[in-house]
Amino acid sequence: MSGAQRIPILKVGRVLVVPIQTDMDDQTVVHLQERILSELERTRARGVLIDISLLEMVDSFIGRMLSDIASMARIMDARTVVVGIQPAVAITLVELGLELSGVSTVLNVDEGIKLLRDEFDIEEREDDELFWGELNLLGEHGHRA
Amino acid sequence: MESTAIALENDQDIVVARGEVRTLAAAIGFRSLDQTRLATVASELARNIVKYASRGQMIAQPTRSPHGREGLRLIFEDDGPGIANVEAAMTDGFSTSKGMGKGLPGSRRLVDEFTIDSAPGRGTRITVVRWL
Repeated sequence: MSGAQRIPILKVGRVLVVPIQTDMDDQTVVHLQERILSELERTRARGVLIDISLLEMVDSFIGRMLSDIASMARIMDARTVVVGIQPAVAITLVELGLELSGVSTVLNVDEGIKLLRDEFDIEEREDDELFWGELNLLGEHGHRA
Repeated sequence: MESTAIALENDQDIVVARGEVRTLAAAIGFRSLDQTRLATVASELARNIVKYASRGQMIAQPTRSPHGREGLRLIFEDDGPGIANVEAAMTDGFSTSKGMGKGLPGSRRLVDEFTIDSAPGRGTRITVVRWL
């Protein structure tokens, strides 16, 4: 059995960047999934950006890993973006019957970071509004009492 | 070109099988999309063998049709438990493990010919062909 290859996980601001630069065996895929989740917990990152632009093939196993990471990250309050799917890979995934459900896909890393940042900003604005809204409500209650 | 046999027993063998298929497909002259389709089929069917039968092999044969058309034939064979209901296994959504049932029906859509020969206790042999 092979030792799992080491795929880097880089923290850039509030985002974990995962550049996959080599074909991975299944064991490496499973380890990568676990490592991303533990890094999310450790670093409190809010986004995961997985760059697969160098992957020449995504089969059902790797495709399911991408969907699973997105679902699990979501539960941990982080968004996942998959970057740079090659056209041949995208066509093959659809023919295979995989939809990568729950995964946002963009063409390059810049767009991926921008998408995640926009989401953070919207969420932060909503958090702010909620916060001030609650304060106002408290104020009103206080006044009424 | 000669045919190549690759033993399938573990995760690494699946990677070797799909890499070999891509290289052969490129050598035959398949365009990049077809190389990806063939490598993906090899990955799915090789994994089925490692997962369900523990061991088996893939044979990759550059081939030529009676009309002189070039292609690549891949044979996946094992002496594993076999498939009791081949028709059901070829249906989208069917799976006996956590495979989500994409493997066989999905693979069939990626090739021009797909034949499966299997029975319980007799192992499985799947032959696929994609023409150039």
